[in-house]
Order: sequence, then C-alpha cells, then structure tokens
Amino acid sequence: MSSSLLTIENLEVFYGSIQALKGISFSVNTGEIVSLIGANGAGKTTTLRAISGLVPNKGNISFAGQNLNVVPTFKRVSLGLAQSPEGRGVFPQMSIYENLEMGAYSRTDKAQIKTDMEMCFELFPRLKERLSQMAGTLSGGEQQMLAISRALMCKPKMLLLDEPSLGLAPLVVAQIFEIIKKLNKEGMTILLVEQNARMALKISHRAYVLETGRIVMQDSAESLLNNDEVRKSYLGI
Amino acid sequence: MQDFIQHIINGVSLGSIYALIALGYTMVYGILKMINFAHSDVYMVGAFAAYYFARFLGIENNPGIATLITLLVVAMVCCSLLGLAIERLAYRPLRKAPKLNILITAIGVSLFLEYSGQVVFGADPKVFPEVMKDFVLFKIGDVELKSFDITVLLVSVIAMLALEFLIFKTKIGRAMRAVSSNASVASLLGVNPDRIIAFTFIVGSSLAGVGSVLVGMKYPKIDPLMGMMIGLKAFVAAVLGGIGNVGGAVLGALIMGLSEEMVVAYLSSTYRDAFAFGILIIILIFRPAGLLGKYSVEKV
Ligand SMILES: Nc1ncnc2c1ncn2[C@@H]1O[C@H](COP(=O)(O)OP(=O)(O)OP(=O)(O)O)[C@@H](O)[C@H]1O
Ligand SMILES: [Mg+2]
Repeated sequence: MSSSLLTIENLEVFYGSIQALKGISFSVNTGEIVSLIGANGAGKTTTLRAISGLVPNKGNISFAGQNLNVVPTFKRVSLGLAQSPEGRGVFPQMSIYENLEMGAYSRTDKAQIKTDMEMCFELFPRLKERLSQMAGTLSGGEQQMLAISRALMCKPKMLLLDEPSLGLAPLVVAQIFEIIKKLNKEGMTILLVEQNARMALKISHRAYVLETGRIVMQDSAESLLNNDEVRKSYLGI
Repeated sequence: MQDFIQHIINGVSLGSIYALIALGYTMVYGILKMINFAHSDVYMVGAFAAYYFARFLGIENNPGIATLITLLVVAMVCCSLLGLAIERLAYRPLRKAPKLNILITAIGVSLFLEYSGQVVFGADPKVFPEVMKDFVLFKIGDVELKSFDITVLLVSVIAMLALEFLIFKTKIGRAMRAVSSNASVASLLGVNPDRIIAFTFIVGSSLAGVGSVLVGMKYPKIDPLMGMMIGLKAFVAAVLGGIGNVGGAVLGALIMGLSEEMVVAYLSSTYRDAFAFGILIIILIFRPAGLLGKYSVEKV
C-alpha cells in the first residue's frame, strides 16, 4: 500500500556500559501514526534521540530512502524530520514568536513560513494571544502546544512526538490528541511516544511495545487495544 | 562637586573598557559554560597587532580618526582569528570532555599566549601608537570632557549597541541564544552548534580587540602580560553582573569602573586592585548568581 518513510534496523544504543536499546527494528510508513509504548526506562526517548542523531548508535536508520547514519542532527531537519522532545525543550528566555521562528531556522521560504505560523495559531489560538510572552512563563500545556508548533514550523515530512500528554489536564490531553489526529489526516506522518497508551493506541494505525530495550510486540493499534497482555500491563485493565 | 563628576566620567570610561572585555567572558560562558581564561591574552594580542600594523603602515605618529578606525579594524580582525583558532584547536576537541579538562586547557592556552608573547614581542613594554591627541573637547563648569574619554565612550557604546542588535534582532543572534539555552534542542531545529560557538568566539574576541585599542590609546604602554589584571577585573565584572548575562556584564563593568575610580580618588590607589578581589569575594558569598543572573525557570 504505502511506502516506508522511516526504517530502523538493529538499532543499538549504549550509555556508557548500559545498553538502552538492544537491537530494535521497526518502520513507519508514509501517512501513518505509529506509537511506541512501554514502561518507564524502556528506551522510547532513546529511540527518538537516536532517530534525530542526538545519541551515538549502531545499526541502520534510513529516512525517505536516505541512510541517516552519517547525517549530523542539524541536517536531519531539512530532510524532513522534526522532533518535539521529551520535556518540551522550549527556550524559556525567548518569546513564543521567537521559539516559532527558531522552528523555521533552516527554511528560507519566507512567505510560506508566515502561512505555517498562521496554521499553528489556528491549531492553538492560545499561542497567538500570547505571542510576546516568554516561553518559560507559559503553563505546561501551553509549552506543549508551543513545542509541537515549533516542530511543525520545521515543515517536516515526519513528526516525532515524545510524550505530548505528559503532565497535562485530561481536557488538554484530549485536545492535543485531536490535533495529532488532525495533522495526520492532513498528511503528516507521526511517530508518537506515549505513557498514555490507551489514548495513543486510539489514534494510531500501528504500535510497537518496547520493554527494556527490546520490541516485544507489534501489531495494529486496534488489535493491541484488545490484546489481554497489553490491557493488563499498559492499559491498567 | 566638580571633582566628583569628573570621577564619574573617568569611572564610566574605565567601566566601558571593562565591559568590552567582560562581554567576551560572559558570551562564551553563556554558550559553553566555561571560563575562557585565554580571553585576556587575545586582548593583549589585539594591542600588539595594532602596534605592529601601525608601524608597518608608518602611522604610529599620525593621530586622528582614520588611524583610530584602521587600528580598531586590525585589532578586531586579528583577535577574531586568534579566538577562532583557539576555539577550533583547543576547545572543540574537548567538547565532550569533563568541564575541568577544558578549564585547565583554557589556563594552558592563556599561559602559552603570555609566554610566547614575551618571546615574540619581547618582555619590555612598547609604546602604543598615538591614536589620538588628548585634549579638552568640552568644558562644563570645571568639568572637562576630554577627547580620550569621549572616544572611549562613543566607541564602546557603538560596539555594545551593535552587539545588542546582533543578539536580539538577528537570526544568528537568536541561534546564539538558542544554543546557549539548550544546544541539543537547537540542533534538532537545524542549528549547527559548532558554527554558532565559533561565531560567538569571533564576536567576543573582536570586542576585546576594540578594548585593546582603546586601552592602548589611553594607557599607551603595552606588554605581553597586560591582559592579566584587566582580564581579571573584566572577569569579576562578568561574575558581578551574573555570568552568562550580556546586560549583566555591562552593568558589572560599570560598577567596577566607577568604584575603582572612587577608591583611587577618595581612599588610596594602593587598594585599586585589591578592590576587585574584594568585590569578587563578596558576590561569591552573598549573591553567587550575580546581580542579574538568575536560575532559569524551566517547567518539566
Ligand atoms: N544520559 C543517560 N545516561 C545513562 N543512562 C541513560 C541516559 N539516558 C537514558 N538512560 C537509560 O536508558 C534507559 C532508557 O531510557 P529512556 O529515556 O529511553 O526511557 P523511556 O522509555 O523514554 O522512559 P520514560 O517513559 O520514563 O520517559 C533507562 O534505563 C535510562 O536510565
Ligand atoms: Mg522518555
């Protein structure tokens, strides 16, 4: 049906002598939302960090037909890979507007940048109201909106989202997940890392379950939602 | 009263020179979280570059705006190149090394420049070219505004406004702030941190170059160890203002310049240098983050 946009083969990551990823392989197809779920310390964030080139790794990562192994982090964004990192990583001493401009750092299409910023404001009207507020003084939910918007400003082919629901009120979580779904409907490919497995599975096409650095299950999101083991371990039922 | 105003003018003029150098310490600290001890020696090399270049052109006794601008440009270019080389050769290979290693390397680079300076330039003081004649430009009551002080003020204010514009109003300045706030997130957005760090060294070093010509004009004896004391005071100014904070460095430097002038005027010039250390000790005890330094608020 659709082609694979991101392919990971035998990915291994070591932090000193600790092996955080023990050779995982998976892929994300164009147009999909794929979730990585797993307990704390399973290696989800590490996987995203490796995809963006923030940690040294063994194995193969290819994106849009190109091997990323020799591509430094800062060049991956212009290939179409954007990440909203764990903990949001907004620049606290910069305004919302400047944070968004940083998202467009490697772009030169000025007119399109403006349009994309307007699009972010449509998704998150809250951001527009506070354009000159310092990001460090935003609430957690607002920072999350900013982090996602900033990643969108990279105009990516694929969005890597690390725990977009972390620490947010249920209503805001629902809102964020709605927006993730909407972005995907408009054509964005998304790799989603979540603690909130139920919400993640509900909007995903497929998912992988990580356990201490290994992929232990993979299936369509629907089957995983009905899988007894997943229900017990990750959905708390 | 006139005396007091005169001292204020002198103090501000001295403070702006400290500020030009303090900015280099604070910018590099902001981005690399290290004290670049070699910064004061980059400043010294700037003075010698201007000295030799003026002799080469035969303009060492040719005071005037043209000489001033020529020497400023020469010192800025030479300091930038040296700062860039130090970053590339000494600090970049240690980017992932423990902070202490980098600190020791910085001290090593500083000693290397000081002692090679003595070998290459000779240890004896040299007389800096006459950049400008010192004359009374205005007289308000009994307060004299001399050409040196006005030049120092004008040049440093222009340099600082340019820096302010660069950091807060340009794309590369925004990237500098982003890297200093969170280098790995900045790189996720397409910023090459190494390039930004190199650029920061260029900017900081060229400000030191500006400072070296202004000092050379005002106190025209230069020698290879001339950076030590002024570097130390500029460093204290940066810590006083809150190291890593650009506005803080300027504020700290003005306080240092003014208080040094007052100490010399009303107490004794013996305490001139001891005063800087006194300030350092007091801030480290009562306000280690400095006047404008704050612990950044980040929500998790
Ligand atoms: N910088 C580091 N140094 C050493 N070990 C690390 C480092 N970062 C992560 N680890 C270890 O690697 C493992 C995987 O961490 P990772 O952050 O990828 O987990 P995670 O699945 O994202 O967990 P969480 O759901 O809590 O965010 C953990 O055991 C963690 O302790
Ligand atoms: Mg994580």
